[in-house]
This record gives sequence, C-alpha cells and structure tokens, in this order.
Amino acid sequence: MALIQATNITKNYRVGDEDVPALRGLSFEIGEGAFAAFVGPSGSGKSTLLNLIGCLDHPTSGTLLVNGTDISTLSRSSAATFRGEHLGFVFQDFNLVPVLSAYENIEYPLLMVRGWSPEKRRERVMKMIAAVDMTEQAHKRPDQMSGGQKQRVAVARALVGEPRLVLADEPTANLDHDTAYRILNLMKTMRDDYGTSFIFSTHDPKIMHEAELTFTLEDGRLQSEGVAA
Amino acid sequence: MTSTLKLAARNLLRYRRRTLLTALLITLGVTALLLFVAAAGSFKQTMVGSITDSMLGHLQVHRKGYTQSIDNLPLNMSLQPNAVSKIESALKADPEVAAYSLRVKLGAMFSNFTENTSIRLNGVDPVAEDAALPGLRQRINEGDKSGPLVEPGKVLIPTLLARGMKVKVGDSVVLVVTNASGSVNGKNFIVGGVLDAITGPGGRDGYIHINDARELLRMDKPEVMEIAVRLKTIGKLSEVQQRLNSKLDEIRNKEDKPATELHTWSDLSPFANIVRMIDLMTLFIRIMLIAIVLVSVMNVMLMAVYERIREIGTLAAIGTQPGKLMAIFLSEGLLLGLVGAAAGIAISYALVAFLNVSPLVFNFGREQITLYPHLDLIEVLGVLGLAVLVSALASLQPAWRAARMDPIQALRHV
Repeated sequence: MALIQATNITKNYRVGDEDVPALRGLSFEIGEGAFAAFVGPSGSGKSTLLNLIGCLDHPTSGTLLVNGTDISTLSRSSAATFRGEHLGFVFQDFNLVPVLSAYENIEYPLLMVRGWSPEKRRERVMKMIAAVDMTEQAHKRPDQMSGGQKQRVAVARALVGEPRLVLADEPTANLDHDTAYRILNLMKTMRDDYGTSFIFSTHDPKIMHEAELTFTLEDGRLQSEGVAA
Repeated sequence: MTSTLKLAARNLLRYRRRTLLTALLITLGVTALLLFVAAAGSFKQTMVGSITDSMLGHLQVHRKGYTQSIDNLPLNMSLQPNAVSKIESALKADPEVAAYSLRVKLGAMFSNFTENTSIRLNGVDPVAEDAALPGLRQRINEGDKSGPLVEPGKVLIPTLLARGMKVKVGDSVVLVVTNASGSVNGKNFIVGGVLDAITGPGGRDGYIHINDARELLRMDKPEVMEIAVRLKTIGKLSEVQQRLNSKLDEIRNKEDKPATELHTWSDLSPFANIVRMIDLMTLFIRIMLIAIVLVSVMNVMLMAVYERIREIGTLAAIGTQPGKLMAIFLSEGLLLGLVGAAAGIAISYALVAFLNVSPLVFNFGREQITLYPHLDLIEVLGVLGLAVLVSALASLQPAWRAARMDPIQALRHV
C-alpha cells in the first residue's frame, strides 16, 4: 500500500464572497521510503498540498490517505495525535523553540508529545543529535546557532520520534547553497538509515534535482510527475 | 507537569522586564492587602480587647428591655435575686465561661463641695469585676493599681471628670442618688483612683463597691442591673451565646415570657460597626488586588500569545495536543501569580516584623493606640490562593486562544 494516496483532491479558500481554488483535482501516490519534491512557482499549491498531507488542513473534496488513514475524518485532537505519531515537520524558518537548547528542542516531541521516560528520551536524543553532527552544540540555544545548525536540529527534531514521513516546506530557502546541499544530503542519509520518507517543497530548480521523485504543480494542478534518472 | 512548569518559567524569563514589572505589581498588591489586614487586625484586636476587657465583657445579661433604656439607667428594671441565682447557675455550668461580674448601674450627682456634676456609676464586686474585666485595672492612671479594684467607701472616677471637677486621689467627694421610690440619698466617698477614658458605652463611667451602690439606692434585696461575662475564648462567642440563650430562655416573667436578654459586646458597642467597616474596606482592597492581578496577568498572557503565534503553530504542527498548549500558557500565568504573591508575602512578613520592633502609635478618640500587626497564616494562605487562582483565571482566555489556534494560520503569521 502506498504511503500517500491522493484521489482527485481539491482545496478552496474563501476570500470575501468567493471561493478561490488552491488545488484542482490532484491524484497521485507516493510510496514508502520516498525522497520526493513538490516543485513549482509561488502560489502553485505546494504548501497547501504539504499542509493537507501533514493533517494541518482538510481537503475540500476528494480522498487523501496518509499511511492508510483518511485525514479528512480526523478531529483536531486526533490530527494532533496522528502528526505526533506518524509525521515529522521541517520548516523554512527552522521554527525552533527559542527558550530551549538544541538538545531540548530535539527532546520536545518525545517529552511533550509522546511522554517517553527520561532514559529512553536521552538515548534517542543523543543518537539523533550525533546523527546530525550537533553533539558539540547540544547546549546552544537557537540564537547561538547558524542557519545550517538550526536546520540540522530541526531535521533531528522531525526524525527523533521515528515517523513514517517527514514533510519539509522549503527547507533550504533560508540557507546558502552549500548548507542547503548539506541539509538535503543529511535528509537523504536519514532516509537511507531510518527508512523515513521525505517530501519537501521547493521552487529552486537546483534543489529539486536532488529529489528522486518530483511532482510539478502549477496553478493548483499537477503538471508532471517525474522520477530522477 | 514539571516539564510544563519548567518551560513556562523559561518563557517568563524570555521577557524579563515585562515579567518583572507584572510580578512587581502583584507583589505590591499582595503587600498592600496583607499590611492592611495585619494593621487593621491589630487595631480591631486592640480596640475589641480594650472594650471587652475593661468595659463590657464578652457578653452581658440584663432584664428584658433594660438595654433599650440603658441611657437612662433605669432602677426599676433590675434582675431580681431569684433570676440572678438562675443566671449564675447557667453561667457556672458553662465550660466556656471564665468569669462574670454582677453590676448595679446607677446615675448620681457628683459633688466636690463647691461644684456638682452628673456621673454614671457601676457598683461592682472588686474581685469578680477584676476577673471578668481584667483590663479595667490597667485604666487606673492615678491611684493604687495593686490593691483591690475598688474598696468600700471609695470611688473610681474618669479622668475628664477628675480634671473638670479639680479632684484628685484621696479627695473627699459626695455622691447623691435618687432611688427607685424617688427618695434622695447621699454618701461621702474618697477618690480611690482616676480612670483613663475609652471609646464606647461605659468608657467614662465611675466605679464604686456594689454594697455602697445598694446602700445608696437603699435596696432591701440584692438586685442586679447587669451581669458582665468573660469567656475563655472570644472565638466561641456565638456558640456560648446560643447555649446560654437557650438556658436563659427558661427564666420566665409573670406573663410567661423570657425575663432576661443576652447581648454580645458587638450588640452593645458602636465599635462593632467600625469593625464591619474595616471588614468592608478589606473586601474592597481584596477586590482591588483581584483587579490588579487579573488585568496585569491577562495583559501579559495576551501579549505572550500574540508574540508567540508562530511558535504555537510549530508546537501544534509537531503534535502538541491543544490541552498541552493550554497547560503551557496557564502555567505561565499561574507561575507569575505565584512568584508575585510569594514575594509580596515575604515582604509583608518583613514589614510586619519591622512594625513590631518600631510600632505605629496613633490617637483614636482620647485613646492612644499602639499597633502590633500580626499576619495570620490562614489569611496569608488565602491571599496566596486568591492571587494564584485569579492568575490562572486571567490566563484562561489567552491559553484557550492559543490552544484553539489554527496551526496553518499560526505558521503563516509574520
């Protein structure tokens, strides 16, 4: 069974008295262990699609199964539980909690979402922090880290709960080219090591070539679906 | 829970100046309330102590209707010996009654042989009066404080009268009374002491021996106008009043109606109204504290939610349950109230300790009152609980707002 199965999904936003379509009948499938990208210009619907897959929003019509669950049936609280258990998120602006250290930011989902025991948490956080090569900076707070370091912590936070899928909305947009490639390589390594699927959005043509599977969106429609050679 | 509180503490420290100012406001409010309560409590205690220990006692028994005309000191409304005996039995049987004193109350003409004036007198048994009103002796500012309170043939007079009539301890004076049948009788007395006046009914009365009072009034049987009762614990006043009322109710007059009436000190003294006023003012200050805490904490928490919208969106996106988000913000408000109130309590204890070393002295009427404020633990815990509860209530709406926030909208917030 595919990890993501979208059938004719649409999403409209109400602006004033009008319904503005953001997604217009998208159908696609993404399998386990994918390293996929949604590409397209601004306003093409990439973020909307990521929000739907991330159970942050419901489609207006159509069916979207994530890990076999129809996300349009989830309540607010069940959606939060689903996200906490099956999904990880990486944001363009890193979105780390400013009052927590790198270690504590990575620990947060295990502590506040999963409620793991201290020993179990420590073991997992140390493993993840080492995997993203941030052991030396574990005590640093976000304002003491570079953009690349912040994004590595964000990747570790997304992966610490061993989710089936990590969604990354423009994860490299605020990084220089070298750092962006390093983050993408880190994500790929994580996919290889942990079997976690990654889906990210980008409008940068160089970055999108790093994806193994690309979905090109334009004006809310799926223009093409391609597999890297 | 610990991790939520830890996170809340870190978030509060994120905006140090704002947190400090808000906590300071709560601290000031709590300090003001506790100092007022401590000072007002000391004032009440001093005044009530002065009234009950040197004037009224905790309870008083009279013949039915006597208190209504007490200003005229009626001689025909006395308690008859058989009624007095029954009342004494009831008082002796009650385990909370510490002492009681039988009084004959009368009005007299006071003469220093050149001038006359009127005086209200209490005829008392010195030993019983001393036991029931231990503070009366302390009011003697001229004369022997160590001997019997008042000896036969002697009179204790209030300061104002002594000054106005230019008499002093050891001087000879005459007291003239008109008895119940209308005949006039007079007797020479020696001024045995001069009493400080205190505020309230009976605060400027004189005292003579009960036998002298009966002799002046030519009583053929030992009648009594008033019985002043002292309790072991003033806190049990209502309980004893209820118990004695049911016993005294059994003493009936010829019409088979209750022959006696029992009053507490607060029924007889206008100071009880001042006590009620002080309690009302305490309530108003309490309401002000609630308003201070409510407005300041709510303001801070609304700001905190507004400033952290993206953070809330992130935490919600990574799976934090709405309830947990609410708990994070509620804990911040709660912690703010707790820290502010705790600091206020600490400062209050320090100031109260200082005021006990350098007490406040001021004049109330003709009395000089020295305040020794005291903080009652229950009151302190009540104020702490109030501040924390109001802080939690003030954080409720902002926390609810954070918990209900749409993660997408929150993540998009700039």
